[in-house]
Amino acid sequence: MKDIDVKILSNKNITHTYYKIVFEAPYIAKFSRPGQFVMVRCGNGQEIFLRRPFSIHRVALESFEILYEVIGKGTAILSKKKRGEHLQVLGPLGNGFDLSYFKKGPVADAFLVGGGIGVAPLLFLAERLVRIGIKPVVFIGAREKDLILCEKDFRRIGAELHIATDDGSIGYKGSITDLFKGYIRELKNKKEGCLVYACGPEVMLDKIIRICKNKRIYCQVSLETLMACGFGACLGCAIETLHGTKLVCKDGPIFNIEELISLKSPDYEN
Amino acid sequence: MRIKIGKMYIKNPIMVASGTFGYAKEFERLMDLKELGAVVTKTITLTPKKGNPMPRICETPSGMLNSIGLQNEGLNNFIEEKLPYLKKIGVPVVVSISGDSVEEFFKIASRLDREDIDAIELNISCPNLNRKTKRERLIAQDKDATYELVRAVRAHTDKTLITKLSPNVTDIVEIAEASTRAGTDAVSLVNTFLGMAIDIKTGRPKLGNVTGGLSGPCIKPIAIRMVWEVAKNIDKPVIGIGGIMSSEDAIEFLLAGAKAVQVGTANFIKPDICREIIKGVKDYIKNKGHLLKKGLNIAST
Repeated sequence: MKDIDVKILSNKNITHTYYKIVFEAPYIAKFSRPGQFVMVRCGNGQEIFLRRPFSIHRVALESFEILYEVIGKGTAILSKKKRGEHLQVLGPLGNGFDLSYFKKGPVADAFLVGGGIGVAPLLFLAERLVRIGIKPVVFIGAREKDLILCEKDFRRIGAELHIATDDGSIGYKGSITDLFKGYIRELKNKKEGCLVYACGPEVMLDKIIRICKNKRIYCQVSLETLMACGFGACLGCAIETLHGTKLVCKDGPIFNIEELISLKSPDYEN
Repeated sequence: MRIKIGKMYIKNPIMVASGTFGYAKEFERLMDLKELGAVVTKTITLTPKKGNPMPRICETPSGMLNSIGLQNEGLNNFIEEKLPYLKKIGVPVVVSISGDSVEEFFKIASRLDREDIDAIELNISCPNLNRKTKRERLIAQDKDATYELVRAVRAHTDKTLITKLSPNVTDIVEIAEASTRAGTDAVSLVNTFLGMAIDIKTGRPKLGNVTGGLSGPCIKPIAIRMVWEVAKNIDKPVIGIGGIMSSEDAIEFLLAGAKAVQVGTANFIKPDICREIIKGVKDYIKNKGHLLKKGLNIAST
C-alpha cells in the first residue's frame, strides 16, 4: 500500500452514468490482486472531504483502470477530470478474492456474478482466472441492455457469458439472481466443484448468499460500505460476522459467506 | 523546539489525535512514525467495546461525522498486543483512556502506571454515547464531575495526565480550570462537536447512532477560539485540536496559545500529512519564531 500521485491517462464516459478512468501507476498495477480497491482523492478536501473507495477494474503493466458510476458529488467531480491531470491514490487496499483454491490448477468451475457497477472488480478477477487456466462463467445483470457493462471484455477473454436485464432488452428477462439460481439448479451434480464470486447491490448479494448457503456452495462476496480511511484506522466500516467484528476495508472487502450474519434481515441460517 | 508537557518531552509540537491513528501500526507503511512529536492511541476501555451500529461515518461539508463508539479490544489486549509495538517506535506514547465510571478510569490508570508509557489522556469528552434512548451528560460537560474524575485518577498515577475537553459546553474555561485544580498536567481541546445529518430521501438519520461527533476543517475556527480562551486562563500547557489540515492551521493554534497540537481527521485523507505539517511548523519556528514567542498580537488589531 502506498499513497501515490498518479497521472490520468484517460477518463471516458462508457454509457449512461458509467465512466472508465485509467491511471498511470506501475506500483499499484504490479501489486494489486483482484477484489482489492483504492482510495481516490476526488475533491479538494473541502466540500468533498473524504476520499472515495473504488475497486480495481483491470491492470496493465504500468497502469490500472477504475470503472465507476457517477452517483454523487465526488464521482461527478471525478468524471470531469481530464487526461494529464494528477490525483492522489492510496492503494492497493483490502484482502482481494481468495484464489488459493486454484493453486493446484483448474480444479473447479468459477462463477462470477455481477450486478450493475458490481461487475467492476470481476473483470480483473476473470482475467486472472483465465491466466491460470480457468474459463470463468460470468453472470451480469442490469436494468436494460445499455446498462450492461463489460460484455465485450468478458467475451474477448473467452468467458462463458450469461446476461439478464429487468426489461429483457438483452438476455434473460428478470433478475440476475433468478438466472443464476436456475443455472445452478441444473448443475446439481457438480455443486462441489464450483466457486462463486459476487459483487453488486446489497439486495442482489443477499439473494446470492442465500442461494449459495442453501446449496452449500463456496462463495465470496465483495461488500461495499462508507469508509473514511480505507486502511483500518477510522473503524468506520465495521461489520458483525460470526468471527467477531471485522472491518470491510482491511479484513474485506471480500468475505467468505460462511462468516456473514446478514446483509438484510432475517439472519442467514448457518 | 523541545516541548515539555508534564513530565513528557516532545521533540516537535505535532502529535496525532486519538481515534485517528489506530495504534500507529496501521500507518507504519505510510509514514515514518519516528518523525512524530508523540502518538496518542485510540481510546482504551477496561473491557472490550463493540462500538456503535453502522453506518458510523458520514461526510459533511469540510468535515465528517463519526459515531464509532470507542470500539476497542480492552486494556489487557492493548498491553499485550499493541503496546510493545508502540514502545518500539521511539516517540512518546500517550494512551487515551475512557470508562463508564470513575472507578473504571482509575483502574486503567493504575494498571498503565506500571507500564512504560509517557502520558495518559483522559477521554471524558467522547460524544458517542447511546443517544437513541438516553440523554446523558458527559463528564467533560460538568465541572464538578471533571474535578472528581481527574482528582481520582491523579491519586492513582504519577504519569503525565492530559485531560481532553469537550467543546459541547457553555463555558469551556471553567471545565479546564476544574481539571487543572484537580491536578491535570495539561488539557487537550477540542474533542468533536455533537452533530447530526439526515438523509432526506429516506427520512432516516445518516448515522446508525443518530448523532455523531463532527470533525475536520469546519470546526477549526471554533476550536481555535476555545484554545485561545483556555490558554489565557490556565497556567498548564494546552494542546490544540480541531480540523488541522496543514502547517498553517497548526501554527494558528500555536499562536492562539497552544504548546502543541494534535492532527486528527486529516490522517484519514492524507496518511502522511503530519510529515508536511512538522516540516512547515519547523520552518515557521526558524523564520518567524519571534511571533510565536510573543504570542497572539491583539494590541494592534
